[in-house]
Amino acid sequence: MPPETTTSAPAAAPNVIHNIGYRHYDGPRLGRAYARRSLFSQSVRGSYGLGRSAKSKVLPMLLFGVMSLTAGILVAVTMFTHAKSLPVEYTRFAIYLQAVIALYLAAQAPQSVSRDLRFKTVPLYFSRPIERSDYVAAKFAAMAGALFILTSVPLLILYAGALLAKLDFLDQTKGLAQGLVCVALLSLLFGGIGLVVSALTPRRGFGVAAVIAVLTVPYGAVSAIQGIAFVQGKEAAVGWLGLFSPVTLIDGVQSAFLGGTSSFPNGLAPSTAAGFVYLLVTLGVIAGCYALLSLRYRKAGL
Amino acid sequence: MIVTESLSKRYPRVTALDRLSVDIAPGVTGLVGANGAGKSTLIKILLGLAPATEGTAHVLGLDVTKDGSTIRERVGYMPEHDCLPPDVSATEFVVHMARMSGLPPTAARERTADTLRHVGLYEERYRPIGGYSTGMKQRVKLAQALVHDPQLVFLDEPTNGLDPVGRDEMLGLIRRVHTDFGISVLVTSHLLGELERTCDHVVVIDGGKLLRSSATDEFTQVTTSLAVEVTDTDTHPDGTEALRAALVSAGAAVSTDAAGAASVVSSGHLLYVEAPGEETYDLVRDTVAGLGLGLIRMEQRRHRIAEVFSTADAAAGTPATVPATAGAPGAPHATQDGGAHDAA
Repeated sequence: MPPETTTSAPAAAPNVIHNIGYRHYDGPRLGRAYARRSLFSQSVRGSYGLGRSAKSKVLPMLLFGVMSLTAGILVAVTMFTHAKSLPVEYTRFAIYLQAVIALYLAAQAPQSVSRDLRFKTVPLYFSRPIERSDYVAAKFAAMAGALFILTSVPLLILYAGALLAKLDFLDQTKGLAQGLVCVALLSLLFGGIGLVVSALTPRRGFGVAAVIAVLTVPYGAVSAIQGIAFVQGKEAAVGWLGLFSPVTLIDGVQSAFLGGTSSFPNGLAPSTAAGFVYLLVTLGVIAGCYALLSLRYRKAGL
Repeated sequence: MIVTESLSKRYPRVTALDRLSVDIAPGVTGLVGANGAGKSTLIKILLGLAPATEGTAHVLGLDVTKDGSTIRERVGYMPEHDCLPPDVSATEFVVHMARMSGLPPTAARERTADTLRHVGLYEERYRPIGGYSTGMKQRVKLAQALVHDPQLVFLDEPTNGLDPVGRDEMLGLIRRVHTDFGISVLVTSHLLGELERTCDHVVVIDGGKLLRSSATDEFTQVTTSLAVEVTDTDTHPDGTEALRAALVSAGAAVSTDAAGAASVVSSGHLLYVEAPGEETYDLVRDTVAGLGLGLIRMEQRRHRIAEVFSTADAAAGTPATVPATAGAPGAPHATQDGGAHDAA
């Protein structure tokens, strides 16, 4: 038997921590939906290093700074040169800075899911009111949300700057709306891909490398082949080739529907018909990533 | 608290649980079994995380297949394996887990501070978990299972990896979870010895089948044996043998072979003395002193599953006084588990 602990400590000695005994909790229990929201907000905060060590704040904050600073510089240029429009379209800003976004995703997607797998925290989540589907939904939404913050804040800076530079209000608002739709799609797509790739491995390093590879290798390959196809005069092929990498997928969607110009060779944009295919593929990949993640966590844990 | 009715769980190749029917009352209940006996599978089913192949199970009066989410809101679970991220502090982690159980933010903070204090973590709770000792980590794991004030906690091998002192502290803490906090406990272990001090009731399963379910006193009625080791002296070149002879003539039951523990290397230097009561300790002490030998150690040998298995196999009615030997039927699991010496 354990010795009787100081349930009623004699109040003689000072500097004694008095054991006030166990108190039961009879307040509200907010249940599953609240738990899911808590996981979501914890994951979004975690993606920016909040609630974690100082070291883990450095990279996300640095990348966020790079994104915002770039927008700030563009605004400054617009103001000082009294340009008639912003140097970049809202929809293309994220495409220009895709390397920064990819770096952010590569660092934070494994942080979000590989950590739970590696340190076997997943079973703890599943021993609580949430179901597996809640975990996947919360993590997916959190990753996409964190990317959306990263990509939409610079757009808002651009917009504010454009209005200050007295550019046309209607034009700019329309551009901003299109830009936000574009980065929303991009966040969902990249977030989904990043999570699927990093949920495959409990090793964070592998996750980082794999995410970077998945985002950049297809982009490099597609761009190269597009270049070759363009030189050989097969311009129709250029449009279709863009379907094969995440970045060009978004590029295709935004140039077909959101009034942007693409960074395909010679600014060739997919036709409207091809644009629909782009959109379908994009949505399909997002849904596919979600399904894969659900499948991944159906067995995981405990 | 927990009722299962011919609960079975079959995987393609193994049967993890085989028509298990138990009825567990509030209090501290030990669930004993060798590795692979189906302890973790049972907990998984009781948490509503794995469907049973057949049979029913109710936890706190709720059906595990239908009300898994509600059950998990009211029970706590401490896994066997490491489950703590190293780069966050204990406070941060337990608060998060409290919120995952549905506690509002302020309540989660208060409960975390309370619970961590109750499990014995003070200033170190603000440091990252990565720097904790195994004992401290076990406490954090226990805290996260208790933070939402459950009615029942499942503790899976809570003493794993702890040194004897840490083990005793953890067992004391588990006892307190019931006596002071009023939370019922289901604790698994493969060491019956440590559970007999902590639990009101012990359930023994093997190969997914119920082997025995009884109150702890019934187990402790079985005599404990003492392991005694002595030095040799000039007058008694073989001290062990001399002591054995002296004890036998004094009427104690002595054997040089541990029950089912052929692996004991120092078997030649260890004497196992049946201790039906307190007087045996005095007898051993006086005999050793009388012979002029040095007493190196005298310790209680706790029961190991081997003995339970063999006593359960022996006629259920007769209380076995002599621990059976390793060859007894039903012992194969125990022999693989033979390395699990009770360190306490």
